[in-house]
Amino acid sequence: MKSVTIPMLFLLLTLLAACGGGGDETPQNNAEPMEIYTPKAKANPLGIGPVTEEVTLGEVDPTLVAEGEAVFTQMCTACHKLDKRHVGPALAGVLERRNAAWVMNMILNPEVMVKEDPIAKALFAEYLSPMANQNLTEDQARAVVEYIRQYIPEEKL
Amino acid sequence: MKELLKLCLLLPAVALLTSCGGDGNPNKATQGAFNTNDAAAAVYVAPGEYDEYYEFFSGGFSGQVSVVGLPSGRLFRRIPVFSVDPEKGYGFDEESKAMLNTTHGFIPWDDAHHPKLSQTNGEIDGRWLFINGNNTPRIARIDLTTFETAEIIEIPNSAGNHSSPYLTMNTEYVVAGTRFSIPIPQKDVPIETYKENFQGMLSFISVAPEDGDMDIAFQILVPGFDYDLASSGKGPSHGWTFFTTYNTEKGRTMKEATASQNDKDFIAAINWKKAEEYIAAGNFEEWDSEYTNNIVDEGSHIASSETKHKVKVLNSSNCPGMIYFLPTPKSPHGVDVNPTGEYIVGCGKLSADLTVHSFSKMMAAIEAESYETIIDGIPVLKYEEVVTGVVKSGGLGPLHTEFDGDGNAYTSFFISSEVVKWNVGTWEVIDRVPSYYSIGHLSIPGGGSMKPSRKYLISMNKITKDRYLPTGPELAHSAQLYDITGDKMRLLLDFPTDGEPHYAQGCLAELIKPNSKKFYKLDENTHPYAVMSEEDVRVERDGKNVHVYMSSIRSHFAPDNIEGVKVGDRVYWHVTNLEQDWDTPHGFAMMGARNAETLIMPGLTKTLVWEPKVEGVFPFYCTDFCSALHQEMQGYVRVSAAGSDVPLKWSLGED
Repeated sequence: MKSVTIPMLFLLLTLLAACGGGGDETPQNNAEPMEIYTPKAKANPLGIGPVTEEVTLGEVDPTLVAEGEAVFTQMCTACHKLDKRHVGPALAGVLERRNAAWVMNMILNPEVMVKEDPIAKALFAEYLSPMANQNLTEDQARAVVEYIRQYIPEEKL
Repeated sequence: MKELLKLCLLLPAVALLTSCGGDGNPNKATQGAFNTNDAAAAVYVAPGEYDEYYEFFSGGFSGQVSVVGLPSGRLFRRIPVFSVDPEKGYGFDEESKAMLNTTHGFIPWDDAHHPKLSQTNGEIDGRWLFINGNNTPRIARIDLTTFETAEIIEIPNSAGNHSSPYLTMNTEYVVAGTRFSIPIPQKDVPIETYKENFQGMLSFISVAPEDGDMDIAFQILVPGFDYDLASSGKGPSHGWTFFTTYNTEKGRTMKEATASQNDKDFIAAINWKKAEEYIAAGNFEEWDSEYTNNIVDEGSHIASSETKHKVKVLNSSNCPGMIYFLPTPKSPHGVDVNPTGEYIVGCGKLSADLTVHSFSKMMAAIEAESYETIIDGIPVLKYEEVVTGVVKSGGLGPLHTEFDGDGNAYTSFFISSEVVKWNVGTWEVIDRVPSYYSIGHLSIPGGGSMKPSRKYLISMNKITKDRYLPTGPELAHSAQLYDITGDKMRLLLDFPTDGEPHYAQGCLAELIKPNSKKFYKLDENTHPYAVMSEEDVRVERDGKNVHVYMSSIRSHFAPDNIEGVKVGDRVYWHVTNLEQDWDTPHGFAMMGARNAETLIMPGLTKTLVWEPKVEGVFPFYCTDFCSALHQEMQGYVRVSAAGSDVPLKWSLGED
């Protein structure tokens, strides 16, 4: 009997997958039943998003810092100060607490991060205002990381 | 137990299979796309799934357009066009007010009739939607990437702008005609001099292929009949536009009787390529005619109005070969050219029958110069030489015809309240279904183009009565959705509509959905009062005008504490939404502002004016629920006495 049920499960999953098509914005209602069968994955230290490999931070690149500062000022400062909590957490020293890939994924994929990444989930619960997706490119997010990492908090100067 | 589990797994699988729907080629279906008799399943769009078609309904006297999904009948959006819309701030905020300017001044309303989608090579291309304002003659163009009105042009020398905005197969022109003849140009004359002094005007409005920019290319002065509806040729008849006329009697009072005397009125066939030749040859008069052209700037999103002063006018009586009249029985209302471009169907609204003229027969009659008579220089062709078929319907009061691309036509019958399906070629009636009640327009997605989509037909009805839960004396208008894939039409769904739709046009969602804009890029915002970040926010005084350069993001305004405003000031709230994500608008409302809120899409700047009348401290807040801290998205402005010396001061987050 078991041997009958498993092919059926497979059929169901195939159907689910086949139905999905319809572009990137197709909501995931069809996929929900799949969660029943998916074991909870271990949290990925890199977070969840387009950045799937560790980002190596080398020498500070001043050009990248300048680009990052411009993007940060336009896109992030409404909610983030470097030295103090604002709408979101203070960001000075964030790269001592989290890796660069995680920070980039938080910038690039905040909707999923606050739902699925345990650290981001906890931060959302604390701050309540959702991390806005400002639609940065991956390069812009990397530049923002460069800007934040080289920033030295005022009390340490 | 295991059997039960199996069943549980199979059931959703079957449901998924049916909900997957979307058969590749609906035009091929002859047996009906829906194997089930369950109409509910046929219109069911599962949660999270998309409708197959967009359908754009005009709002009639609401002045707006509504965007509906098919087959579900769900309303997605109401697009403000000719009427103000306090929900969005349209016509209230400083950016959009100019859209409603006319030579008569600011007009916050019109009667929006016929939505027409732009075409390329006779097929709907998903770029723009045009619609006419019937009352104060105007044509609007809606951009289908933003679903916003991008341009409105006023039509001079016109009245009762009803035979509009029917477009040609490459959107070379949208046409606009006068349902009501008037003295042209306007002058003070006794109404009883109608026959001597009143005329009609047919306008051809060019559409720039790159950006859709409209301009009045030329106007054609025609006899003082009522030009009711229009349809442009396609394929072999490309280059011609057909207008129905009634009131060839030239009645001016009690028209329901006086305009119904003649056994036949006309379909006016306009050879617009010939008209272009006359224009090129300089055979036109240049008239001083004022009209307003309002257009939204793409970068700043600010609408501006330009008053134009000249039009080129062709007089039909001295442009041979440009216009012919095709006698057509009984005050024809709709005129519709079939997808091949050969047949011109006139619906004599006081008749039981439909008249089908043949384009090739018309051309032969013109070639032979076989005229019944000539009216004001316009040859009237002989009825029997142009007519090719009469549909003996058995119904009463035919109004409009749509085609399915498989050789079938569908005509609405107002008086007998039904849709009649007939064969194009044999002219035989194939099927009929009742509508509830008194159908006006009907629509097949892709209708009016060379490639209609044979799947659904919608009837738009004038009378609702008992269809829905009663809502007092005023009722929503009703629409019905029919499955037309089989030999027999089948009623699937009944749904209320917004305002009074006069036609709706639809197309496959895939033509529009991929181009739908999600947000405006902040660094492309060229609004002079925009701020690019919170670093730029400030308040500036210029005499009695106070400009607040403000930003919004979830969930605060910057600045949110403002002092130094005085009674008698005129405060401009320029709010830039700094969000850069889909579906993150913020609203802005100011206590005591005598206009509306404004709703600011991500990346845009909108301006609301407020003139404080009394001293005090007044709140402003975000109206569009934006986050868990939306209730906190609020600020204060202090208003001091007119002569006070409270300095201008602004802040955010300072204690």
